[in-house]
Amino acid sequence: MRGDPQAHQLVAPGTLHGVLSLLAEEPGAWTPIAGGTELMVAYAAGRLNHRKLVSLWGIPDLRWIEVSTDSVVIAAGATFRDLRDHPAIAAEFPLLAKAAGWIGSIANQSRATLGGNLVNGSPAADSSPALLVYDAEVEMISACGRRRAPYREFHIGYKRNLLAPDELLYAVHVPRRNAGQRQYIRKVGTRRAMAISKTALAGRVLLQNRVVQEIRLAAASVAAFPARLYRAEDALLGKAISPETMRATRAALLSEIVPIDDIRSTAEYRRVVTANLLQEFLSSFAPDGTIR
Amino acid sequence: MTLSYSSIEFVVNRERCQVSVPPMKRLLDVLREDLGLTGTKEGCGEGECGSCSVRVDGELVNSCMIPVLQAQGAHIETVEGLSKSGELHPLQKAFLACGGAQCGICTPGMLMAATHLLAQNPTPSITEIREGLAGNLCRCTGFVRIFDSVIASIAQSHAGPGRKSHAG
Ligand SMILES: Cc1cc2nc3c(=O)[nH]c(=O)nc-3n(C[C@H](O)[C@H](O)[C@H](O)COP(=O)(O)OP(=O)(O)OC[C@H]3O[C@@H](n4cnc5c(N)ncnc54)[C@H](O)[C@@H]3O)c2cc1C
Ligand code: FES
Ligand code: FES
Repeated sequence: MRGDPQAHQLVAPGTLHGVLSLLAEEPGAWTPIAGGTELMVAYAAGRLNHRKLVSLWGIPDLRWIEVSTDSVVIAAGATFRDLRDHPAIAAEFPLLAKAAGWIGSIANQSRATLGGNLVNGSPAADSSPALLVYDAEVEMISACGRRRAPYREFHIGYKRNLLAPDELLYAVHVPRRNAGQRQYIRKVGTRRAMAISKTALAGRVLLQNRVVQEIRLAAASVAAFPARLYRAEDALLGKAISPETMRATRAALLSEIVPIDDIRSTAEYRRVVTANLLQEFLSSFAPDGTIR
Repeated sequence: MTLSYSSIEFVVNRERCQVSVPPMKRLLDVLREDLGLTGTKEGCGEGECGSCSVRVDGELVNSCMIPVLQAQGAHIETVEGLSKSGELHPLQKAFLACGGAQCGICTPGMLMAATHLLAQNPTPSITEIREGLAGNLCRCTGFVRIFDSVIASIAQSHAGPGRKSHAG
């Protein structure tokens, strides 16, 4: 069944303050709609159950990117087109710039927002693995004020997150301290343009004398929400890359991911391919290709 | 629940318009039903095919994904705005000449995506053309003639006035 426009109320207060007041008056009654590239798909299928929607589109206070000395701050309403176009993101956060180019077509990227991607919270969300390996923080806002939390704590279950009913995601803070680090991201989907991932892996490593000083690994589509791979990280920290560390890391990864069978792929395929992606990343900085 | 209509103003193909419609009505449906601009097509209705592509404030978008209230005050360009005083746009001529359209359902979206691409990058490479049109699906042509059409229109616009023969 199709969406019925008469069955939904949509308002556009036009300012952040206006939206927050509305959310404060009736917490939980209003659903924010930003670029609409998630919600309008549900609407078209007649599956949009939210009756009262409040538009975040066109609110300048929610669409900006700011570069400070120690971080780049991206407002929740920035589109993936905005992210791709931003020189600081292209230069210092290549994983995020690359992921932004994956979020559907150009026409989708000109509407799809970072906030919508994170709040929707699909296990396959393309911006998530990059933000996890960059140690991003999320900033939330309500009529009562703002608060911050590490992004790795934002998702608390399948499509569940830290936001209170009267809160919006306001911005994402990404620390600028990746100089000299190796970075990796790869998405495996059915085809290059516009395919939701079967699996995706992002990584960042700081090496000193071939020893892993700092390591971040994160994956999409292998759990109920995009998640850091803490056990695989532990297996690498303080170690030199050798065939043994490689085997231990692979085993650690396989012990912590819990992929499922679905229309896009199987759990088994996801396990094998995610482990292979990890191996590809580690091999890229192994001293002499010793890794097998 | 009785819901009110919203009065929405925007500029479509350089003309100021005003409609009174439910705010959740899709821009696609407002263009087709309320403004009679049926050039913009619906393929999938869920953001996958690009046949409903239009430009809004200079950005390429899928009009099936936009509640009309979010287009308040916007400048919208549809396929109907491409021709000027009865003369087809060079891209339209090239699509005709090169067999870039068969059933025609994808064509308005292809034309808008190609217009958008050329507005950003007047001399795209074949890879850039493929990327620029990657969000637009065609069930008929196999795409090659569509890419050829875009290339032909670029060649045409660089050919200079001496070779401005009609492409058809
Ligand atoms: C054809 C197509 C292809 C796609 N391909 C991909 C892909 O490859 N990878 C991928 O990751 N995604 C993909 N998507 C999904 C989608 O485009 C992204 O998730 C997008 O980032 C959603 O952002 P939005 O602003 O459009 O979300 P909306 O639909 O506006 O909102 C999504 C959810 O977030 C909430 N929300 C939005 N902003 C805020 C905020 N600031 N505070 C609180 N809540 C908020 C809304 O209430 C809603 O629940 C695709 C979608 C389509 C239609
Ligand atoms: S009809 Fe809009 S993208 Fe297919
Ligand atoms: S010409 Fe028929 S879909 Fe493209």
